[in-house]
Amino acid sequence: MTTGTDYCQTFVDKAKAVSAIVTEVKSDDEALKYVIDLCDRKEVCQLLVSGCERDLSDKAEKLCDLKQKKVIAAPGLKKPLYDKLAEMSAKAGFECIDSGMRDHLAGVDIGFTYAEYGLAETGTLMLDCPGEDMRLATMVSEFHVCVLPKSKIRKDSYAVEKMMLTRMGKTPDYLAFITGPSRTADIERVLALGVHGPLELHILLMED
Amino acid sequence: MQKADNLKEYRDELRESLDNDFLRTTLDNFAVAYRAGRANAFKDMDVRGLIDEIACSKDEATANLDALYREFKEKAEAAGVHVHLAKDAQAANDIIAAIARKSNCQKIVKSKSMTAEETLLNHALEDEGLEVTETDLGEWIIQLRHEGPSHMVMPAIHLSRYQVGDLFTEVTGKKQDSEIEKLVKVARRELRQKYVEADMGITGANFAVAETGSIGLVTNEGNARLVTTLPRVHVALMGLDKLLPTLHDALRILKALPRNATGQAITSYVTWITGANECASAPDGKKEIHFVMLDNGRSELAKDPLFSQVLRCVRCGACANVCPVYRLVGGHKMGHIYIGAIGLILTYFFHGKHAAKNLIQNCINCEACKDICAGGIDLPRLIKEIHARIQDEDGHPLPSILLGKVLKNRKLFHTLLRTAKWAQKPVAEKDGFIRHLPMVFAKEHGFRALPTIAETPFRDRWEEIRPVVDNPKYRVALFSGCVQDFVYPEQMEAAVKLFGAESVEMSYPMNQSCCGLPVQMMGEMKASREVCVQNLRAFEAGGYDYVITLCASCAAHLKHNYPKLVMDTPSLALKAQEFADKIIDYSSFVHDVLKVKAEDFVQTGGKATYHAPCHLCRGLDVHAAPRELISTGGLEYVECNEEEVCCGFGGTFSMKFPELSAELLKKKLANVEATGAEVLLTDCPGCIMQLRGGLKTRGSSVKVRHVSEVLADNRRK
Ligand code: SF4
Ligand code: SF4
Repeated sequence: MTTGTDYCQTFVDKAKAVSAIVTEVKSDDEALKYVIDLCDRKEVCQLLVSGCERDLSDKAEKLCDLKQKKVIAAPGLKKPLYDKLAEMSAKAGFECIDSGMRDHLAGVDIGFTYAEYGLAETGTLMLDCPGEDMRLATMVSEFHVCVLPKSKIRKDSYAVEKMMLTRMGKTPDYLAFITGPSRTADIERVLALGVHGPLELHILLMED
Repeated sequence: MQKADNLKEYRDELRESLDNDFLRTTLDNFAVAYRAGRANAFKDMDVRGLIDEIACSKDEATANLDALYREFKEKAEAAGVHVHLAKDAQAANDIIAAIARKSNCQKIVKSKSMTAEETLLNHALEDEGLEVTETDLGEWIIQLRHEGPSHMVMPAIHLSRYQVGDLFTEVTGKKQDSEIEKLVKVARRELRQKYVEADMGITGANFAVAETGSIGLVTNEGNARLVTTLPRVHVALMGLDKLLPTLHDALRILKALPRNATGQAITSYVTWITGANECASAPDGKKEIHFVMLDNGRSELAKDPLFSQVLRCVRCGACANVCPVYRLVGGHKMGHIYIGAIGLILTYFFHGKHAAKNLIQNCINCEACKDICAGGIDLPRLIKEIHARIQDEDGHPLPSILLGKVLKNRKLFHTLLRTAKWAQKPVAEKDGFIRHLPMVFAKEHGFRALPTIAETPFRDRWEEIRPVVDNPKYRVALFSGCVQDFVYPEQMEAAVKLFGAESVEMSYPMNQSCCGLPVQMMGEMKASREVCVQNLRAFEAGGYDYVITLCASCAAHLKHNYPKLVMDTPSLALKAQEFADKIIDYSSFVHDVLKVKAEDFVQTGGKATYHAPCHLCRGLDVHAAPRELISTGGLEYVECNEEEVCCGFGGTFSMKFPELSAELLKKKLANVEATGAEVLLTDCPGCIMQLRGGLKTRGSSVKVRHVSEVLADNRRK
């Protein structure tokens, strides 16, 4: 059976072609470090460069005022991993959360998740997110950072059909294919990233 | 939306679009970029195979609509979703308004749904006092402008950044500039608070998967994920045509839909929702979900042997992207709510005859849409059929009846053409063009000179020029079509000369008449069928290896439409199929069958470019043969930009919509002149008429010739 790393290069090429930032990491720890570094480097509100200084209607402005501190949201993480991230975040002066996303609808800096599968044909991440915190973390984050174990890369959507059906069978279910950051070309067909969801999608390809 | 009462008003509207420079430039750039993007997205894939598979699976779903609906409903309900069936637009809107009332919803966020456009849902909900906000950027823009979409995938493609900048200034009450990147962020932040406040989210659905009771949503912006996550109630409105038996069927369509729509391998987000999901703002922590399935004529359509294929449509919008008419006039003039080729058709079924009757005539029959459709729908044919239906119900316009009557009677038709030769005398010039247009044509037809009727038609010359061939390699019959018979007989004669030299024995059945396409284009189906039967009889003697025609439009019509025209009469159907199988166009016959060689032709070496007639490149899928013949025949072939785009002739179309025909021709000729070629070759006398007429009016020195003329001239004796 051809799975995993055989499709790795195709996956990387296709993901990059849709503006995803792809990096290789060796371990979970390295992934956590990537998240902390990235959060440290980024502006408090990335929208600043492209909009925060713009005046908005009063109501919309108010929502923005809610956001004070840099926030990392990692709702779907396994307990030990989350604890580690929380500790690292605290040290760096960031808020780290794994629930209560509705209190952060103005946006969080980073949403950190693990993908279940990767689809090489299109550079797509498959994430099962029946819980709403997971959905919100991947949508209201300015940067979405997602770990994809190399062994989980499959050829295309047909190759994960069975796995999808299993998840859909355990109702309720909310399953997502995510490919690159949120995008639009609705004004003059000019591509603009981050219209409703993340401005950047970082994929961390993990050896396993 | 279509408000024009008659064709004249509609033409006035079209003229407005032609004067909109921004729209024209945008759509031109888009048409070119789209072609390249799509080709790239489908690279290394078997597109035809994929489209065939989609067509098959959709047809199967259509045939089992009732059972699929029952299965879907059962599965979805088992997972905690409420499923409703709405028989028409009004019913759907009522159901949704009732849900809002019952669940005490005030504020609604919506992600893009063509089905909601179809039912005019926003208006209905607003009338109920509800606040509705579109969250897809393009939809939000047009909602704020109180407009309908001008493209099914890019609803605001008709607007410039400046218009959007001004609009956003109004909306935010603060000055916004027109940089796109910034405008997008303004929308992001303005809309975010709308999601937060909303208590109901409305979406469409791209797929309704019966085996799991799930829906699939295909989006780029990600707004559908927020719309289906934040508010406590979710309503998905979708047509019954979205039902599919299995997830695999949906994944298959997903392989084609984004590629065909925008040249993307996949959209940024594809969301699969099964059952009542977790929702923190709902009283019991579970979202209240309703699937509203809209019939609105779909189950009737599903039973129609011809029109059921309409339900294969996956709403990719590609049939607008490639349509030369859409490219000229934009979506507001090329549809009512649904846009492009499929828009012309759906307008009739969903919005009625009145909205459709002018639109339906605005198709030049170039087949570009059919060639690209993700569902393999024979769009041009359906458009013509609806045109015919409307005429049958509403009465046929006089010119259309007359043409039908005349064509049905070959002798009368030919007598008229011969008489025309005398009638044109006072206005004919020696160079083969008519000097002044007769009064019946208004000045808008002046964009191209019209040719005169030839001194002697081909049929009268036949006995005289017919070569005697000993030991023939092939026995063929010639089908001249009216234009080459009565206007350009020299093109036929050129072919006869070459065939004779190549030991091809020819017959020219005298009872042949017009192929019938012009009347079919005018919606005269009965006349079209009668002409077809006459021609089948004329060629009955049979025993031919091939029936050759030098007219691409005749060839495509004889080959593809004849069997369909008589399919209800078994004895004729068989005959028509045999006849159709023998039809071959000039270039394919000379290139593929005779396999002529370069050494038989004097290599004169002038620069020649090519115009690919719609009915040759798409109608018959012939691409290489004529181009290779140009080189074989002794000229240097230079490629022309947009070689396979329509020249704007379209037979009777150019009579009905002269302004559009003129614009298409203008573009074509600019591309031709840019090649620097001295000769423009093509395979269709209709195109030749259009191209020559246009070049003459422009005062250009480029000569237009049929491929057959060059080959005959250059053949070594
Ligand atoms: S046949 Fe050509 S003109 Fe007619 S709808 Fe299709 S693409 Fe447009
Ligand atoms: S008719 Fe075909 S090309 Fe047009 S939107 Fe539907 S699927 Fe796409």
